[in-house]
Amino acid sequence: MDHVAELLVELGLLFLGLSLLGLLARRLGLSPIPFVLLAALAVGEGGVVPLSTSEPFLSAAAEIGVVLLLLTLGLEFSADELFSSLRRHAPSGWVDLLLNFPPGFVAGLLLGLPWQAALALGGVTWISSSGIVARLLGDLGRLANRETPAVLSVLVLEDLAMALFLPVLVVALAGDGPLEAVGGIVLAVGAVVLVLLAAQRHGHRLGRVLSSRDDEQVLLRLVGLTLLVAGLAQAGGVSAAVGAFLVGLALPASFAERARDLLGPLRDLFAATFFVAFGLSTDPAEIVPVLPAALALAVVTAATKVATGWYAARRDGIAVPGRLRAGTALIARGEFSIVIAGLAVAAGHEDLGPVATGYVLLLAVAGPVLTRFVEPVSARFLPVPAR
Amino acid sequence: MPGMDLEETLLPGVGVRYELEVDSGQLLGIVVPREGGAEISVYDRRDPDRARGVFRLSPEQADAVAEVLGAPRLTQRFADLSKEVPGLESARIPVRPGSPFDGKALGDTRARTLTGCSIVAIVRDADVVPSPGPEDPLHAGDVLVAIGSATGLEQLERRLSGQG
Repeated sequence: MDHVAELLVELGLLFLGLSLLGLLARRLGLSPIPFVLLAALAVGEGGVVPLSTSEPFLSAAAEIGVVLLLLTLGLEFSADELFSSLRRHAPSGWVDLLLNFPPGFVAGLLLGLPWQAALALGGVTWISSSGIVARLLGDLGRLANRETPAVLSVLVLEDLAMALFLPVLVVALAGDGPLEAVGGIVLAVGAVVLVLLAAQRHGHRLGRVLSSRDDEQVLLRLVGLTLLVAGLAQAGGVSAAVGAFLVGLALPASFAERARDLLGPLRDLFAATFFVAFGLSTDPAEIVPVLPAALALAVVTAATKVATGWYAARRDGIAVPGRLRAGTALIARGEFSIVIAGLAVAAGHEDLGPVATGYVLLLAVAGPVLTRFVEPVSARFLPVPAR
Repeated sequence: MPGMDLEETLLPGVGVRYELEVDSGQLLGIVVPREGGAEISVYDRRDPDRARGVFRLSPEQADAVAEVLGAPRLTQRFADLSKEVPGLESARIPVRPGSPFDGKALGDTRARTLTGCSIVAIVRDADVVPSPGPEDPLHAGDVLVAIGSATGLEQLERRLSGQG
């Protein structure tokens, strides 16, 4: 077969395989992310089938996948939702950070990783998967539950925190001194605040520039603008992901709805290639030795997430069963843990890949299972009905 | 609405939840997701934080239920109401060329969900579509007759022109 034929056949088989895995995951009531990771480990370097021809394409597509993931993350929440979560649930956000970041950071240092990689591992354990959690709440019919606003607010605050954490991480990974790191943080905070304020006052103008009757026009303008900003942000040293996130934040709520509809399928396709590319870059043989460490970290940070959800729900006056539901719902880690790990691996900290992969594999599966399981168990904590 | 306690809670990234304690004593929960439709649920008596018996309605079904519950009465009384109820106003809002809803269905505006306004008629040149349904198409040049609060009507106007 010639090169083009080989590329197309490989990609075709890959996407068909992903579709089957997605089907299987849905059937089991789980997120497809761990299945995609496992499949990507199975193929490629050190695996059973080498994806030699399509690897260069996949790694380029993976970059676009990260950009689209972060763009849709920025579109997910309006500035109003961010501010109202910040007002009502800021303490929960801090508890989330203080309970879930240190275990990853300390584990990283104990594993002998350099502090920059440990910082990334802290981020991996800190951020829950808003994709998995939001979907889970819908599937389990918990959207109307009283603890749900607290859970969603924690996710919103994590996403906002990502906008600040990613540039810090990127600066740290670049290996610059503490002065540059502080500069990076100031720049990131300034950019996020500026974009949020500008979005409230002038976002509709941006919406008007981008909107058109023609779906094709909207898609081209939106993707074009996002890639441009992401590229400039990368060139400026604050990471493409942050640039894309800011574009998503700046778009007005009225336009965001249409943008989400149009971008959805494109995001799904490229994000899947991102997970594949991440899995491909990890050698499955390296995961086995770090699996005990990943398991220990998963157990600890599952407990700390339960404590986070417990605290956030209790602030809303939720009873014990609801606090347990909220806590277990937050356990799942997924796409953003992989994004963070991917940044560190790309910066040359390849030791982080196997730990992060093992960790996400465990919790992306365990989180949804645990929160399903906790529902009948937690019913025991209910007061005896008064008759 | 006076004498009623309809509690509204923002669900970031999902939509809005409404809670209402009905006369028979149960708590009724309605989640209106951003992408349309509705989830109607009753809360567990033993664990009042937990929704049970969730009904999931597609956007069309939600509109059908809304129609059954309120819309016809509203249109009937429209003329009287806007005189009698302080704070309720009517407006004629044009769909201008370039509006994001040009060529879309009326239901796509989600006017009632987002602005609380009811669109009681579409005026197209000399024709009038009274009590339009969610599937009725909108075109540039149409004029929507809507009733709602003054702020709701302003929101609707902004939304129709693609700024809201």
